[in-house]
Amino acid sequence: MRAVLWTVLILLVLFAVFAAWASRPAIHPIEAPAASAFDKADVARGANLAALGNCNNCHTVPGGRAFAGGRAVPTPFGIIYSTNITPDLMTGIGQWSEAAFTRSLREGIDRDGDHLYPAFPYDHFTTLSDADSRALYAYFMTREAVRATTPPNVLPFPLNVRDVVAAWKALYFRARRFQPDPARDAVWNRGAYLVEGVAHCGACHTPRNALGAERKTRALAGGEVQGWNAYALDRTSPAPVPWNAESLFEYLRHGWHPEHGVARGPMSEVTMNLGKVNERDVRAIATYVAWQMASSGSSASSAPADSNHPSDPARGLPEANNNPYVGQGASDAAPSMSPDSTYKLGASIYVSTCESCHNGTRPLPYGGIDFKFSTAINAASPRNIINVTLHGLHPPEGTRGAIMPGFDGVISDDELEALLTYLRAEFSKQPPWDDIDKDIDAARKAVHEEGDSWP
Amino acid sequence: MAVTLDINGHTQDIDADPQTPLLYVLRNDLRLNAAKFGCGLGQCGACTVVVDGEPVFSCVTPIMLLEGRKIVTVEGLGTLEMPGPLQQAFIEKQAAQCGYCIAGMMMRAHALLLKMPNPSPEHIRAALEPNLCRCGTHMRIVAAVHRAGELMRGSAEATDAKKNAKAEKK
Repeated sequence: MRAVLWTVLILLVLFAVFAAWASRPAIHPIEAPAASAFDKADVARGANLAALGNCNNCHTVPGGRAFAGGRAVPTPFGIIYSTNITPDLMTGIGQWSEAAFTRSLREGIDRDGDHLYPAFPYDHFTTLSDADSRALYAYFMTREAVRATTPPNVLPFPLNVRDVVAAWKALYFRARRFQPDPARDAVWNRGAYLVEGVAHCGACHTPRNALGAERKTRALAGGEVQGWNAYALDRTSPAPVPWNAESLFEYLRHGWHPEHGVARGPMSEVTMNLGKVNERDVRAIATYVAWQMASSGSSASSAPADSNHPSDPARGLPEANNNPYVGQGASDAAPSMSPDSTYKLGASIYVSTCESCHNGTRPLPYGGIDFKFSTAINAASPRNIINVTLHGLHPPEGTRGAIMPGFDGVISDDELEALLTYLRAEFSKQPPWDDIDKDIDAARKAVHEEGDSWP
Repeated sequence: MAVTLDINGHTQDIDADPQTPLLYVLRNDLRLNAAKFGCGLGQCGACTVVVDGEPVFSCVTPIMLLEGRKIVTVEGLGTLEMPGPLQQAFIEKQAAQCGYCIAGMMMRAHALLLKMPNPSPEHIRAALEPNLCRCGTHMRIVAAVHRAGELMRGSAEATDAKKNAKAEKK
């Protein structure tokens, strides 16, 4: 009996110590400042940074009021709902001082002193300069206030206790400011500051560990987000034509590139925002990412991309294929690389369904990419090409963009697997994909669960 | 090379290359001329038919993918003498001007009403978004789909009422 009492007592003390260690003070509420109190130049600078940070993507429900939050952000641990970052007094950040706003960006703590879940990428925003934090504050405090209460997160115990985040931070989070590299030029440093900071590219493009923290030793080595593969942005990039600063700039600025295809899934929202920001910032991001692709990453599968070298479509591409099935039905003998029937079925589906748009005669973005340029066909996982085949491409509401019909309603699992097997064999030099059926299953579920709001 | 298709409840053997788009088979082989050729790229919706309850662009769908699936075209919604609720609603609301897009609109609306018998105007707009119309009868089309939903629910309610009445008599 005494042992039990002692155990309970010790646990209570430990809990109290932990709670005291985890707790952070609230910052006093303020009277919402008038919009006129902010410097117009700060607001404009903040607008540019907010677009670079893709803030609207998570903090706006599709079709809803800007920055009013409430969008479900699915994570491996549960659903986090983005918060209302309009200056509404009751449900937004209207009572937040600049100090409270800056603390949330740099330390992941809200005005009340509660820890924020790292779905909010403060592990990147921590590098923001004082001037940029002030500019973002000025921008958000001058948006239209929207009364919208954020739904409660759907997280299991103990993750629903915010103090647990303090332990996560102790393991994985270090508050820090950006340190420019004096050996590099201003454009490179601007790019590094943006990519590692406000643009938080690594939030999707860096693999995460079991506790959801980015694996810093594998920065930009490729990750997953919302059922999409965010491709590696280092030397292991699966793009058949190596990227360079110019092609990255074109792609990020316009959402497509003739040798790489169109942005889709969550990336299409990123490129939409990058179409609106200062052009030199996009160039800086492209310069830094091109440098990453040329210099970092564990194994080089092809020659490193040279950021100053114009891309050479012939480099790293599979041999020009002479598809024996084009226009001939599916009666010819298949090559020995795959079981005959699967390969023939895939070839037949490609010729009759895909080729009329994807034969390379209609220019992007309205024609389909010639698959020998397709990163999706060359990537380690087939998930992205499955997503697009099933659901198609839909330009975001009210915008121009590539469109493609989805084939979820008419293509069976076996037929899709045959098509993918054929495309992989015909348009890449990579080994066949394993476990295609699992990815097909997951992609169909994502389409059916989220319906039309699915990116 | 014959492919067996189930179109509007009729199973038939089609003597065509399995790679032939369904639209060509419907129009050229079966003389089912409701579905239209618009862009041929799955981008305008004029060729839309319903397959297993889902709207599908028949111009980019080869018949080899359709064996064992149930295909419905406008011809399957009713006849000249006995128009179905969707057809009746489109006539009532005079939703067609040139009419080229209308068969596709009706089939996409049919798929919507199968899943959602009482859609809001927002639902109708969102569902019909892939289908283009250049005459500009969009408002009438939305009204016709709404009306078709009413007619369908009405006939369902009427059938239920009849059944109930019969049950009471017994």
